[in-house]
Amino acid sequence: MEFIKPGINIDFIGKRKIALCFSLTLIFLTVILLIWRQGPNYGVDFTGGVLIQVKLAEKESPADIRKALEPIQLQDSIIQEFGERGHAEYLIRVRKTDIELSGLDEKVKKALEDHFGKEADIRRVEMVGPKVGKDLRQKALFAIFYSILFIAIYISGRFEHQWLMSIIMAISLAIVVYVASGFGVSVTWLILLALLVTLGLCWFLRLKYALGAIIALIHDVTITVGAFAITDREISLSIIAAFLTIVGYSLNDTIVVFDRIRENLGRYRRRSFEEIMNSSINETLSRTILTSSTTLVVVIALFILGGGVIHDFAFALLVGIVIGTYSSIFVASPILLVWQGRFSESSKIKKGLVRTGR
Amino acid sequence: MTKNLSWRGAIGGALILIAFLYLVPSLSKELPPWWKGIFPRDKIHLGLDLQGGMHLVLEVDAEKAVESSLERIIEELRHDFRKKKIRYLELKRRGAEGIQVTLIREESASDLKDLIDRNYPDFEIKRGPKVENGVAFLLDLSPKARNHIMKMASDQALETIRNRVDQFGVSEPDIRPQENHRILIQLPGIQDPKRAIELIGKTALLEFKLLDEENSLEDALKGNIPPGDEILKQVTVDPQTGIKKEVPYLLKRRTLLTGEYLTDARVQIDSQYNEPYVSIAFDARGAKLFERITGEHIGKRLAIVLDNHVYSAPVIRDKISGGRAQITGNFTMEEARDLAIVLRAGALPAPVKILEERTVGPSLGKDSIQKGLKSMVIGGAAVVLFMVLYYGLSGLVADMALFLNILFIMAGLAFFGATLTLPGIAGIILTIGMAVDANVLIFERIREELRLGKPPRAAIDAGYAKALVTILDANVTTFIAALVLFQFGTGPVRGFAVTLSIGIVASFVTAVFMTRIVFDYFFTVKRQTKLSI
Repeated sequence: MEFIKPGINIDFIGKRKIALCFSLTLIFLTVILLIWRQGPNYGVDFTGGVLIQVKLAEKESPADIRKALEPIQLQDSIIQEFGERGHAEYLIRVRKTDIELSGLDEKVKKALEDHFGKEADIRRVEMVGPKVGKDLRQKALFAIFYSILFIAIYISGRFEHQWLMSIIMAISLAIVVYVASGFGVSVTWLILLALLVTLGLCWFLRLKYALGAIIALIHDVTITVGAFAITDREISLSIIAAFLTIVGYSLNDTIVVFDRIRENLGRYRRRSFEEIMNSSINETLSRTILTSSTTLVVVIALFILGGGVIHDFAFALLVGIVIGTYSSIFVASPILLVWQGRFSESSKIKKGLVRTGR
Repeated sequence: MTKNLSWRGAIGGALILIAFLYLVPSLSKELPPWWKGIFPRDKIHLGLDLQGGMHLVLEVDAEKAVESSLERIIEELRHDFRKKKIRYLELKRRGAEGIQVTLIREESASDLKDLIDRNYPDFEIKRGPKVENGVAFLLDLSPKARNHIMKMASDQALETIRNRVDQFGVSEPDIRPQENHRILIQLPGIQDPKRAIELIGKTALLEFKLLDEENSLEDALKGNIPPGDEILKQVTVDPQTGIKKEVPYLLKRRTLLTGEYLTDARVQIDSQYNEPYVSIAFDARGAKLFERITGEHIGKRLAIVLDNHVYSAPVIRDKISGGRAQITGNFTMEEARDLAIVLRAGALPAPVKILEERTVGPSLGKDSIQKGLKSMVIGGAAVVLFMVLYYGLSGLVADMALFLNILFIMAGLAFFGATLTLPGIAGIILTIGMAVDANVLIFERIREELRLGKPPRAAIDAGYAKALVTILDANVTTFIAALVLFQFGTGPVRGFAVTLSIGIVASFVTAVFMTRIVFDYFFTVKRQTKLSI
């Protein structure tokens, strides 16, 4: 069986402007949404607070549950139905961090039982103090940042034999981060700054493969964050794990295409860069589609059957895999092309001379 | 080539066998006795999210430890001043920084300096602010000594908590220190989280103090607390009605004896009222002190104070020798047992604060495992079917690799003693999807080579060779992400990183090494000429 007939040649690169508009729109929407909402919707892992998952005997409306919590001054908590349909399970989120955390679950249980007159089963409690929340957020951001940095070093070294350059990049970046943190910049801004500097350095040091791969993965993670914002899902610790998986997956996909481009560049010296890219993407298309579908199949299984606790995690993977597949075709490779257009004027002229010479 | 193949086959077989050996403990309920000496015994650890239980992060208030250490030094200084006849106006603690001394006469200054230099090397002596009719000096605690006290406090807190948890009886507790004086505690399968927190978090400072019976309690309650006294309360709950009652006591602030001399604490039942009480025993020094205290204060009331709550205040009828005492106070059996545990394990050197608490009920954990497995089986089956449909018999080889992959991941988890968490299961499911990727890359290359007209044997060789570089690059980058995740992650994220890393290595071995053995067997030994791909 075959999905993609051999010899197929779809003009992916020719559609790069449409793709660019599409990607920019999504990223723009994400940024607007995040600014409007004042940052991502961090869960209690990062903000501090309490999350209580409770199973009631019968279905109740969130308003009723809120009323039940009034006697213990938790009426302004966020109540959310949880899990499959037909189950009376709810998440109660308390954003306050100034209240006495320990023993809160007992109080909630008692308040619910008093109000509804039936037993309430506390299934899960997560209490995070404000101090820990900040620490966890820092760690998570650093995890994303360092993985991107190490990956950039590896790609530049492997694909362009520019180990020295990539090490220079890492050192300059370390200096920038060190100096910036000396000024007391908050971690979020520090990481944004570091990312910008990484991109700038890739550009300046002409690490084009790394640049393409990094832009693609920032693209993927940003849009996934946007999908979280638009569906009003919370970013918890395990969602950060999902984001990093997306980073890994996106790279996986991009590198397969890049590998082929590099191989074909060596093989067909005559063809234009654009042609080589198109044929490389087409040659790997069969694999891209097959792998994405098998991965999607299992993630969809997880999304539908995995249960409430893992639901958001699967959602992140679902979005990430679709976007990651798209970006390795429509985002990462065109960046190589843009690069070629800017910096290889001289080599093009040379090629032209050789051609007219014949 | 054939000889080479048999070697590879042997290695492959050995890997599978080892993987099975590591999985047996997790799969079988009971191991036969002969197994235990030779073969691995460790089961795959289930994370708290899968088996239910409690995760706590505590912070030791190390600053408090410094403060109480300064208080103790002040007591020693008082003693030394009396001995050296240094007369002082005031001797007080300045936060957690040091001590302020106000001398009456300038002449004592050199004596003071002498004393500090000789006996208190952790302090630096400085002139203090000008005060009326006196000379003030500041004794600053050196940062080194300060850090030492704080570190000792966290170490000791860790040890005490470990003791308490051990005696509480949790099957596989995990208690470890973290930076910034924090302690991570994981208690799988705990049924009563509230009780566990109370047990772990209790400072358990036991003190014996005298009641002040000369001054009136009523006056003190109005705000006229005599110097050197304090008001502490006894809280009693009526077991029938559940009504809380608070009884205030006026006590002398001075502690006559603390729980540090305790050797034992156990629950006993009062035969008369059938009520549990805690009986405590002192060591030789404590017993002597207790005997002296009771002997000197016959007829007076001695309060037993735990964490600033009065438990009982019996009248001393006679000198008590033998070093035994009782703590009574309307306990339930459980309360008495927990009190005995904390007394035996000793007091925390400083109070602790709960920074993070996560509890997962056992029913939810079971649900999670079931649902995770269900989606793994269904998703896996879909992939298996898909591969056979798409690649024919070669798809079957890829499916074999997939199966081995899952086997290796599980065995890897057992081998490294890693913890399987819910995101970890998600990681395995994701690996199932991605594990076929390497084989897809190889198969696509083989198809390309076949299209170029190469015979199967050569196409397989070329396909593997060309795909290998790509597979390596793609896996290394994911592996980097997984390692960083492991370094920075906590709890469930870490569990995910572990399964992902093991999964990447396993998929490399199965997809590149194991499948090659099968292909080589059919095309070198069996001399197959047609390739179903």
